[in-house]
Amino acid sequence: MSEPLLSLKNISKEFYGNRVLEDVSFTINKGEIIGLVGENGAGKTTLMRILFGMPVIAETGGFGGTIELEGTPVVFTSPFDALDAGIGMVHQEFSLIPGFTATENITLNRESLKRNFMCDIFGERMSILDRAAMHNRAQAAIERLGVKIDPETLVSEMPVGHKQFTEIAREIDRKQVKLLVLDEPTAVLTESEAEILLASIRNLAVQGISVIFISHRLAEVTSVADKIVVLRDGKVVKETPAKNVTIRDVAGWMVGRDVKIESHERTLVENRVYLSVQNLWVDMPGETVRSVSFDVNKGEIFGIGGLAGQGKLGIPNGIMGLFPAGGKVLLDDKELPLNNARAVLEAGLAFVSEDRRGVGLLLDESLDWNIAFTAMQIKNQFLTSILNLFSLRDAKGMTKLAQEYIQALEIRCTGVKQKAKELSGGNQQKVCLAKAFALEPKLLFVSEPTRGIDVGAKTIVLDTLRRYNKEYGMTIVMVSSELEELRAICHRIAIVDEGRIAGILPYSAAIEEFGYLMSGSAKEGGAA
Amino acid sequence: MKWLKDFITDFGWPRIIIALFLMALFIAAPFVGVKLGPSFTDVFNRFGQNAVMVLALVPMVQAGCGLNFGLPVGIVAGLLGALITMQIGLTGFTGFVVSIVFTVFFGSLFGWFYAALLNRVKGEEMTISMYIGFSIVMLFSILWLVLPFTKPTLVMGYAGEGLRRSISLENYWRHVLNDNALTIQIGSVIFPTGLILFVALCAFFMFIFMRTKTGTAMTAVGSNPDYARASGVSINKMRTSATIISTIFGGIGILVYQQSFGFVQVYDAPLFMAFPAISALLIGGASVNKASIVNVIIGTLLFQGMLTMTPSVINSMLQTDMSEVIRIIVSNGMIIYALTRKTKVAK
Repeated sequence: MSEPLLSLKNISKEFYGNRVLEDVSFTINKGEIIGLVGENGAGKTTLMRILFGMPVIAETGGFGGTIELEGTPVVFTSPFDALDAGIGMVHQEFSLIPGFTATENITLNRESLKRNFMCDIFGERMSILDRAAMHNRAQAAIERLGVKIDPETLVSEMPVGHKQFTEIAREIDRKQVKLLVLDEPTAVLTESEAEILLASIRNLAVQGISVIFISHRLAEVTSVADKIVVLRDGKVVKETPAKNVTIRDVAGWMVGRDVKIESHERTLVENRVYLSVQNLWVDMPGETVRSVSFDVNKGEIFGIGGLAGQGKLGIPNGIMGLFPAGGKVLLDDKELPLNNARAVLEAGLAFVSEDRRGVGLLLDESLDWNIAFTAMQIKNQFLTSILNLFSLRDAKGMTKLAQEYIQALEIRCTGVKQKAKELSGGNQQKVCLAKAFALEPKLLFVSEPTRGIDVGAKTIVLDTLRRYNKEYGMTIVMVSSELEELRAICHRIAIVDEGRIAGILPYSAAIEEFGYLMSGSAKEGGAA
Repeated sequence: MKWLKDFITDFGWPRIIIALFLMALFIAAPFVGVKLGPSFTDVFNRFGQNAVMVLALVPMVQAGCGLNFGLPVGIVAGLLGALITMQIGLTGFTGFVVSIVFTVFFGSLFGWFYAALLNRVKGEEMTISMYIGFSIVMLFSILWLVLPFTKPTLVMGYAGEGLRRSISLENYWRHVLNDNALTIQIGSVIFPTGLILFVALCAFFMFIFMRTKTGTAMTAVGSNPDYARASGVSINKMRTSATIISTIFGGIGILVYQQSFGFVQVYDAPLFMAFPAISALLIGGASVNKASIVNVIIGTLLFQGMLTMTPSVINSMLQTDMSEVIRIIVSNGMIIYALTRKTKVAK
C-alpha cells in the first residue's frame, strides 16, 4: 500500500455558527473497509455530504480542509463530479424506480445503446437500448456481489434485501468505481440478509474497492471493518484497526462523555407498578414500535432512550392514541383503551409531544387558549353555565390559569393574549408543559422536552419536571435522545432498539452499558 | 400618529378604502340627484337580506373547511323548505316559521352528506365545495320539474307541472320581517327593525355557539387539527357540525332573502349566490381560516352599501348602466384579493 486512495485532511464545517465537524482527518487505502460510527448528530452525514459535493454544503458556506483522491486534491461541486471520480453512494432510503426491473435500475442513464439511422438525423438520444448487453452488465454486477438475483425482476416485487443489493449493484456497475459509501445499509435488512450483505462487502474489498461502512449496529462494524473511525460531536475521537476491538469499547467511545450526574436523591415513595405496558406495537412512520413491555412505578420518572428511528417516540404517541397501536396498557391495574385519544386523556394521562409546533400548540391562538383548551375539552373546566341551558367559555378563568402558569414556569411573554407562535422555542415548550399540567394528570408522558431549546430553558424544563414529580408525586415517562438528560433526572432508563426494549438500567449504570444497549448487540436482553 | 398607524394595520387598508369610497358616494349622491333617504332604506334592507347568508360562512371558516363555496347546498334546503310550506298552504309569519323548521330539517340532512364528502378531501375543501354547490343546483333543477308540487301558484301555467322560474311570495310571507309593526320611519328613511332584529338574533346565536365547548373545539380544529386531536377532539365530528350549521344558516339566509326580495327563485338562480356572500365576509376582514361576527356585520354593510350606492350614483354621473359590471368586479376582485393573503386577519 503505497498511497492511500482517499485522504480527508482537517475537514471542518459550520452550520450558521454551529460547528458540526472539527479537524476530521483519516485515510482509506485501496480495498480497505472503514467502519464509521457515531451517535445521531455526531457529523457522519455531514461528512459524507462534503465528500460527495452535495450542494447544501456550498450553500451553507463550504467547508474547511482538503480531500485528496489518490494523492491529488479534489473539489467536488456536485454529486456528479464525485460519481465521475469513482465514488459511489448507497443511501439509507432506496432510490430505485419500483416499476423498472433490476437491470433497468442498475443501468439507468448509463444504458448500453445501439445506434440506428435516426441517430444520424437527430443525434445520440435516438439510439435504441441494447437489452442483451444491459442484462449481461447487470448480471455481472450482481455476481460481483456474490448474490443471486434475477436481473429481470421488477424492483417492486423484490424483498427489501434484494432492493438493497440492486442499489449496490448499480453503484459497482460503474467501471471506474473505487470507493463505495454505504449509509446504514443493513438498517432495513433481516439478520440473514445482513450477513449476506456483509459477505458481499468483503467480497468487493477483495476486488479492490474501498468501502466506507456507516452503521449503528456495532457488531456488524466490528466484524466487517478493517479500521474503525469513531466520530463524536464532530471530532474523530478514535481511529483504530478493528482487530481486537470489542463492541463495548466502541460503544464507550461513541457516547463516552464525562458527564457529572447530579447526585440528587432519587428514592421512590412507594414501590408499586402504576403503568404496565405489555407487548405494545405502534405503527408510527419512521418510529415503528414492534413489541414493547415495561412497568413504571408510582411516583417514578421513567426514561426511554435510544437512537432516532428506533421507535422510542412511537411509544408515547401510540399509548396516547395518536397513531394506530395494539397490545395492552394498564394504568393502576385498569386497562386503557388504545387508539382513542379522548379516553386516554380522560383516564388521567397527559402528553407533551415532541412535535411542539405541529401537535403541541395552537400557533395562531393566544396562550390562555393553548393552556386551557385541553382541560376544557376533557374535564369540562373553564366553562360557565348560563341558566343551565348551555355553557360558555370562561374567559376570566382561562386568563387566571394562564397567568398562574406563566408565573410558575417563568414563561417569557407579553401577556396571556400573546399568540403562541410569537414565543421562543423554550417558552413554547413551557406552554406545552403548562397545558399538560393543567390537566392535573396522574401520569405524564414527555417526549423530547428539550429538543431545540436553549440551555437556560432546558434547565427550567427539567427542573420543573423534577419538581412536579417530587412535590405532587406525578409519575412521569420521559422520552429523549439525550442520554445525559435522562440520566440526570430519571430513576430508571429503558433503551429502545429496533422497536423493542433492549434493556432497562438504573440511572447510575455506566455509560458504556447504555451505549452497548443502543448498539443493537443486546437483542436477547429483554425487559429487565 | 402611532394610534393612527396601529388603527390602519389593525383595520386593514382594503376596508378603509372601501369605507372611504362608500362615504364619498353618500356625499356625492345629493349632487347627482340621488335621494339620500331611500338610499339608506335600501342599504338597511339589503344588509338584512344578505347578512344571514354571510353569517352562514363563519363556522366552516373557523373549523378549517375554508370559505363555503358550497353555500348553494344550504340554499337548496331553504328553497325546499319554502316550497313545501307553500304547497301546504301556510302563509304569513306562521308560514315563514314553518319554512324555517323544514329548512333546518333538510339543511341538517344535506349538510351531513356534504360534510361526509368534505371530510374525505381535507385540504381541497374550497375547490370541491364549489363543484358540490354547482352540482346540487343542477340536480335540483331536474327535481324542481319532477317533484309533485301541485299548487297553481307554484307550477307552470300551461303544463300544470314543474315549478315556475320565480314564484311570487306576495300572498305568502313577502316582507314579513321587513314590513311589520316594528318598522320605524324617520323622514324618508324606513328602518326595517324586524329584519335587523332577526339578523341580530341569528348573529347572537352564532356568537354564543362559537363560545361553547363545541364552538371552541371547532375553532381549535381549524387552527391546528393535530393539536385538537391530541386533546381528544374528533376532527371529523367538529367539521361535520360546522358544515351542518353552515348549511342550515345558508337555508335560513335564503328564506330571509326571499321574504325581502318577494320571490322564490329556483333552477339556476342559486348558482352564484355563494360569491357575494363570500366577498362580503372577506371585505369584512375575515381570512380563509379566521372569521368573526364583526367581520360579517362590517363586511355585509360595506359590500351591500357599495352595491346599492355605486350603480345609482355612478349611473347618474356617467349616464350609463354600469351596475352589473361594477358588482362583478368588486365581488370577484375581493375573493381574489382575499385568497392571495391567506393568513392575515383584520380585527
